[in-house]
Amino acid sequence: MRKLTFTSVFSQLLLLLFVIAWIVPTFGLFISSLRDKDVLAISGWWTSFTTTEVNEIYRTKGKEEQIKEGDYYFIKSNLFDENQGKEIYRFGVTSKNIDEYEVGETALFKDETEITVFENGDYIWKSKEEFKKKKGKRIFVSAKSPPSFTLNNYKEVLLKEGLGQAFLNTFAVALPATLIPLIICSYFAYALTWMKFYGRDLLLATIIASLVVPLQMCLIPVLTIYNDFGALFGVSAKSYPGIWMAHTGFGLASTTFLLWNFLKTLPSEMIEAARVDGATHYDTFIKIVVPLSIPSFASIFILQFLWVWNDLLVGLVFLDKHPSEIILTAKLKELLGSRGENWEILTTGAFVSMTVPLFIFFSLQRYFIRGLVAGSVKG
Amino acid sequence: MSIFSLAITVLIGVLFFVLFFHLSNFLLDYFRVKASKNFAFENSIRVIIFIAPAFIVLFVFIIYPVFETIRLSFFDKVGENFVGLFNYTWAINDPDFKRSIINNLGWLIVVPTLSTFFGLVIANLADRIWWGSIAKSIIFMPMAISFVGAGVIWKFMYDYRGPGDQQIGLLNAIAVALGFEPQAWLTIPVWNNLFLMAIMIWIQTGLALVIFSAALRSIPNETLDAARIDGASELKIFWSIIIPYLEQTILVIWTIITILVLKVFDIIYAMTNGQWQTEVLANLMYDWMFRGGGDSGRGSVLAFCILIGVIPILAWNLYRHKQDQKV
Repeated sequence: MRKLTFTSVFSQLLLLLFVIAWIVPTFGLFISSLRDKDVLAISGWWTSFTTTEVNEIYRTKGKEEQIKEGDYYFIKSNLFDENQGKEIYRFGVTSKNIDEYEVGETALFKDETEITVFENGDYIWKSKEEFKKKKGKRIFVSAKSPPSFTLNNYKEVLLKEGLGQAFLNTFAVALPATLIPLIICSYFAYALTWMKFYGRDLLLATIIASLVVPLQMCLIPVLTIYNDFGALFGVSAKSYPGIWMAHTGFGLASTTFLLWNFLKTLPSEMIEAARVDGATHYDTFIKIVVPLSIPSFASIFILQFLWVWNDLLVGLVFLDKHPSEIILTAKLKELLGSRGENWEILTTGAFVSMTVPLFIFFSLQRYFIRGLVAGSVKG
Repeated sequence: MSIFSLAITVLIGVLFFVLFFHLSNFLLDYFRVKASKNFAFENSIRVIIFIAPAFIVLFVFIIYPVFETIRLSFFDKVGENFVGLFNYTWAINDPDFKRSIINNLGWLIVVPTLSTFFGLVIANLADRIWWGSIAKSIIFMPMAISFVGAGVIWKFMYDYRGPGDQQIGLLNAIAVALGFEPQAWLTIPVWNNLFLMAIMIWIQTGLALVIFSAALRSIPNETLDAARIDGASELKIFWSIIIPYLEQTILVIWTIITILVLKVFDIIYAMTNGQWQTEVLANLMYDWMFRGGGDSGRGSVLAFCILIGVIPILAWNLYRHKQDQKV
């Protein structure tokens, strides 16, 4: 055990500070996505763990609910639509004096009807004459609201806002856009490592140069090709196969480079022995190289999958914003524009878009880190 | 589309490529048995099968577009008439362009520096604390999130309500608690760029952190112990041993983040869409791709400017690759 020195305490505190600064934004988003939208709009998420005092307006039921008991007519019901665990401590019947009465006291309306409101929201409204109005009366309550969380935002966002569909769409984009480059680049990287052909070094240099070419350099010509292609065949080229190939193209250099880096490290004696025994390159690739490369495939799969899942620009340019094609990030950006003040929608939507990356992150972190570190060995 | 039809589309797309390689190699093997054993010929066919799909994709999506973009930068908005340097002179005189360049430079200075610095400090701290790996996980986590998702997270942090109202954004709540006026952080020119950069730093520190962590383990313990026995303080060890040892790693991380920052788009597009003087080149370029039906000439000039930024790194990478090949 290390001694408890000043330096070690200081480092622990400093690290703790970093950790808090890094986790708080995400944590706040997550908590907010679980809060009721009305509460979310008026109070900070950090207040949601304590009991808060709220002033609210409710309306009593109308004449349909009345029952006659003896000489009096009664309406007995509860102010709250659903049990939220709120505790009323004062109430009022006019907007001028919203906390006139202690809970359990009886208040008098102008029309001489009487109402008693209880702690849990139950009320008894009593009148000598029959209730005539369909609409009930307004009751002002001051209540203590305990911490309460709900999954309603998720229901709303997934079903009504179309994020559920966008979620599926993103999968339909990301899975092939990860698998296709992995397939064609593994053959490519094998050829670059173990096959001898004219121009191999030049091709390798091209890959290394392409690694850093900014995506923006390619957008306009590729979009033109897509538009021409679409005009030629009379179909929109902005479609799933279109975006798969775009992601394949933009991810090709890094996927090939990572695989090439790995394949280089395989012992060349093994490959040559197989060749001497009469195995074709295809046999060698399928039977020897692929099984040995599984861990490296896993790392690259994760990197590329997360890249595609999180991408916005390629999705914006090469897919329509139609509901059957829109991806999560584009949908989220759309919501930021149209529902900018509806934080319950935004926080929940953002969290939905993060579920898959976070799942991959926490379950496969080792492969993710390995891929990143391998990729960084060179620029 | 329903989940079923999506699944079928995905399956067909992937199977197409699997079958291409399988069938073409199968056919090659099949005819090899029949035909005379012309080894060289067979080999070159096999090479073509292995590299053709990747090469075609590389050519269509990277090689051709790069040269085409350079060509288009000398042509008019529809790419038909040669206009010489007109698009370039337009860019130099365009106030948005100037601001984008300045903002981009700001991003290039601030983000890689701070991300690398934080990553290095945290990696060192976490390395000798028993809960360090949990801390690393937490700080690394933003790396997994999309820029748009991170944008929402931070837009919520920066949320602004008028003075007197309950602040629901954490930053303003802290400001109010400390007795300051609440601010609409993202609308204050010049400073708002820093608030946007903070998001990128928040994300990229994790990258620097994990790479440094891996590199730190390669420093021999004997060196560190020797320094400790000689009475060097931890701070002295950090500056005199660890930093020089990690020089190469620092450079690599710096370049990775620099490349990323050069093409930063999502964060600004989601947070401010370039308003309040926050444009950067990538946003301006996207804007010109579609503004008024799209101007491929101006868009290409802007894309080319981003490319110029990465050319030194590109040359350096190629140089290092050549050195490696010689060994």
